[in-house]
Amino acid sequence: MNVLVCVKRVPATGGRILLTEDQREIDTRYLGFTVSPHEECAAEEAVRLVTEHGGSSVVLTLGPPEAEEQLRDAMAIGIDRGILLESGGREWDPVATAAAIVDAIRADEAASGRFDLLLFGNEAADSGDYQVGARVAHVLGLPCVTGIKGLEVRDGRATVRREAPGGGWEVFELPLPALVAVKEGINLPRFPSVPGRLKARKKEVARVRPEWRDGGLRLQRLALPREQEGSVEILGEGPAAAPAVVAVLQRLGLV
Amino acid sequence: MTSVLTFVEHDGGTPEKVSLEALTFARALSERMSLPLYALVIGADGAVASDALGAYGVAEVHVATDDRLDPYAPRAWAASAATLMDAGAPAVVVGPGSERGAEVMAHLAARAGLPLAANCTHVEPGDPFVVTRQRWGGSLLEVAELEAPVALLTVAPHAVQPEPATGPGAASCREFRPTLDEADLIVRVAGRLEPERGAVSLSEARVVVGGGRGVGSADGFAELEELAELLGGTVGVSRVVTSLGWRPHTDQVGQTGTRIAPDLYVACGISGAIQHMVGAKGAKHLLAINTDREAPIMAKAEWAVVGDLHAVVSAVNAEIRRVRGS
Repeated sequence: MNVLVCVKRVPATGGRILLTEDQREIDTRYLGFTVSPHEECAAEEAVRLVTEHGGSSVVLTLGPPEAEEQLRDAMAIGIDRGILLESGGREWDPVATAAAIVDAIRADEAASGRFDLLLFGNEAADSGDYQVGARVAHVLGLPCVTGIKGLEVRDGRATVRREAPGGGWEVFELPLPALVAVKEGINLPRFPSVPGRLKARKKEVARVRPEWRDGGLRLQRLALPREQEGSVEILGEGPAAAPAVVAVLQRLGLV
Repeated sequence: MTSVLTFVEHDGGTPEKVSLEALTFARALSERMSLPLYALVIGADGAVASDALGAYGVAEVHVATDDRLDPYAPRAWAASAATLMDAGAPAVVVGPGSERGAEVMAHLAARAGLPLAANCTHVEPGDPFVVTRQRWGGSLLEVAELEAPVALLTVAPHAVQPEPATGPGAASCREFRPTLDEADLIVRVAGRLEPERGAVSLSEARVVVGGGRGVGSADGFAELEELAELLGGTVGVSRVVTSLGWRPHTDQVGQTGTRIAPDLYVACGISGAIQHMVGAKGAKHLLAINTDREAPIMAKAEWAVVGDLHAVVSAVNAEIRRVRGS
């Protein structure tokens, strides 16, 4: 089966977010970058599916030229080739993002054949829009389930499950081709191996420059939520602090 | 007539809490826009919700009735909202930022060809609307223009407290049949699996003992497990712990894991990355145990112990036993 996975390059923010002077972006001068957690799992799922069922896998991203790094990361765990949609330094809203992805999928399918499954993350770690997958599915006329934490493919059908409101799981069955948006927890992504990284360097990355469009949601500025940073009371150092800790637990009625 | 329409999830006619939050948010917006507040509920039993929704200021409850809407079918539910949109031309459609709310609103936005602002915490009506919405699970806010003939948005869970309207209200109830086509019915819940039986659920635990990279190994959790048991709580972990395979993902606290709301969160060997902290911000009290006095978690904690977590937690466990005389 042929699988496409869409990922997004996001900063590894650590303990504190700093904004650029114009407050339109996170100041990333001192930060590394990574793939959104849900999408890291989507890439792992794509590799597992192709290992089990045969076929090939493609990883796609919309981002700056440096997002090639995230495509190589995905290829290092076994994805076969990459597509980089260059964002040209602009902010792409979910409508514009979905349109660019749809165009890229159609072009790739015209050249290399149909994808059986499109894998997305449930929501990007940074923008958290919760909609790009559903938009792509709608335009391509594909059945779609979001928020899934389990996936099995058999006889041209996918059985997926996700957490039900109030506990337990609800199960959906969908005919392929289909689109699913996955959540972290569906699998435990492997770390790239050194040979995997070496192989990834030689894999093909197609670069496309899609045309930006105004989707109607326009970022104006970012703001940090007000936080009440209290003053911490240091109870002590090492095991000697145990009685002070237990005194706190007693005050809270826990001991 | 035009309105502020809110999609309300319910369980047998009892509105879900996150939907009541969205309704409270939507009511404030409807008052500012001088528009009536309408609600969409799915399934004939939704009519039972009318009284409860009237109390929240809803003027009209629109009940989508069709046997094919049960069990949950994301596109068919979105088609119900679209049917209502076509008939009534609402100015705004609001949904809860729950899993289903987000999914139904995404499908609605896709089929209507409209933008959707997810997880809003504030909205200024106008042309265009100006929305404040959550990024990074709430660690960052975005102010954005939303320009569309109908403004679609979801409300961030727990951004507002659910609050009934001040005046008494009675909602009129209208049933309607949504326009559904074959494609709307392909995806629907085909079965259910019971929850795995386990110990204290992480999201509801009164005490969570958290472990991060500083725990060092899968075996390193023994003292944390013991402390959690002594306090009637459970163990939670940061993302690095699940990524390393030390603990299952179900134990993860954070943006892509579980959101916790205990009375006490004891964070051991956790640096305090924002993605972790958004999952723990519901905790009433935070006690950090860390070797690094400068770790970000120390600034967010109420109490802290500087030191090796294994030594500290073992000593605390022993002290609890001594105090209890067991």
